[in-house]
Amino acid sequence: MSFLQVNGLKARLKGVGHPLLRDVSLSVAAGEVRGLVGESGAGKSMIGKAVLGILPRAVEISGGEILLDGADLQRLSARERRVRIGASCALIPQDPLTALNPSRRIAPQITDRLVDILGWNRARALSRARDLLAEVHIPDPDRVLRAYPHELSGGMRQRILIASAFAAEPKLIVADEPTTALDVTVQKQVLKLIAEMQARHGTALLFVTHDLGVVSKVCDRLTVLYGGMVVEDTDVRSFFAGPAHAYSRALLAATPKYTDPDASLTPVPEAVIRAVQAEVAAADRRVAHG
Amino acid sequence: MDELYRVEDLHLSLPDLNRKPVFGAAPRIDILKGISFTLGRGEVLGVVGGSGSGKSTLGRAMVRLLEPTGGRVVFDGTDITHLDEAGLRPLRRRFQMIFQDPMSSLNPRHRVGQIVAAPLRLHGVSDVPGRVAEALDHVGLPRGFADRYPHELSGGQRQRVGIARAIALRPDFILADEIVSGLDVSSQAQVLNLLETLVKELGLTLAFISHDLSVIRRLCSRVLVLYQGRVVEEAATDRLFAAPQAAYTRELLDAIPLPDPDQVWA
Repeated sequence: MSFLQVNGLKARLKGVGHPLLRDVSLSVAAGEVRGLVGESGAGKSMIGKAVLGILPRAVEISGGEILLDGADLQRLSARERRVRIGASCALIPQDPLTALNPSRRIAPQITDRLVDILGWNRARALSRARDLLAEVHIPDPDRVLRAYPHELSGGMRQRILIASAFAAEPKLIVADEPTTALDVTVQKQVLKLIAEMQARHGTALLFVTHDLGVVSKVCDRLTVLYGGMVVEDTDVRSFFAGPAHAYSRALLAATPKYTDPDASLTPVPEAVIRAVQAEVAAADRRVAHG
Repeated sequence: MDELYRVEDLHLSLPDLNRKPVFGAAPRIDILKGISFTLGRGEVLGVVGGSGSGKSTLGRAMVRLLEPTGGRVVFDGTDITHLDEAGLRPLRRRFQMIFQDPMSSLNPRHRVGQIVAAPLRLHGVSDVPGRVAEALDHVGLPRGFADRYPHELSGGQRQRVGIARAIALRPDFILADEIVSGLDVSSQAQVLNLLETLVKELGLTLAFISHDLSVIRRLCSRVLVLYQGRVVEEAATDRLFAAPQAAYTRELLDAIPLPDPDQVWA
């Protein structure tokens, strides 16, 4: 049974009612890595935020269910929901600079969750933080624990956030574009690190990205989204062997491939976009009539 | 080939504000450590390197947003290394820049038309509306977009506005600093295709700065690979991809995640 099961999830902007997620269903089994792929505005980050209960205030869930280890989050009280999500889920955010508090040293930023969520004492939490930093290959963890974020490089900060996400041994981690702000060589190290940590801890991962190259390196399965609608849900091998949906094919064709000098850069064709928009509109009509 | 830029043994150091004492000057940090190359008219040069390699600093020195601390920058026969602002002004219309983040480089309170017109007005060009319309045509935006605000546009459209502003003065040279790294792959392809067309149609010379070699391949004829303020490799694009010489170039290439689950990542 899947650790995370999302069934027919709908979300919309409060007030105006503009739909943001349209009947999204997906599952992540224990220890599985699922990629969420799409262009900006496709709703990929929105799904991750809905799962973690951190949707922007202007967005409301208007239908469907999110089952975390079998429990429907929407049926829980706000407090129960927060405790349940906090105990079993974590986030690796996109921007390692803004995600760390600039006025606090690194140590408390990692140990807070161990103290708050697991009820550990400071000393035990600190020793765990030291082990975690060593695990993410940070040399001289003691110096880094005393440092402020601005004293560390972008790659180093992202390692700290990865360590921090794994600290309380969550069952599920949402990684929201964790390498988009990094340059390619650092990105490679960080992706390898996430894969290594994920495998060692057996954590399920919901990996939000717009880069199909990244998906092919870290994911087992992927969901392609357009306009808040699931376009394709498949395993990574069959996807890269040949995507089933025309939009997915176009997205893959637009991804640069430096090994193929003859491959021209092809934007997603207008016709493909019109076709997938028509699918979105048809889905909305079905909802309106049903 | 006719030479537009000549850069000789360029050095540039900036104050390191992270280590500035409360009183007194900050220690200086060397960003560029002796860079030399030439850029021919009509050429598209890729400048590649990781963060901190000095690629943006090099670009900014070429358009004299920064003043070099050593060496020479010669633009079309004029030594601009230490030229003052008054001396630079007539040259500025000949080298323009496209910025990385179109959201923060376009004034949110100005309409697209005003944004594209700004450099034209500054340099006292006649027929501003006509030139704005021409620039929008070139980048494939409907002329009606002149009345819109940046927040009403998509990321790809915003970057087109940035390009329109840069080409409005009909410059000889354009510096494009990481202009596609914030875009989706589809918009990325559109913007790169557009630049390629403009280079041909307008006879532009372009320096294209990126950390991602995969976007360089299509557009650039020659590539400069920077590492810690030095050029570690300079080669024709085909040769660079076929047989990278420097270890750092190979590292950059190997780090690009190809959309292929069979690619082995050592």
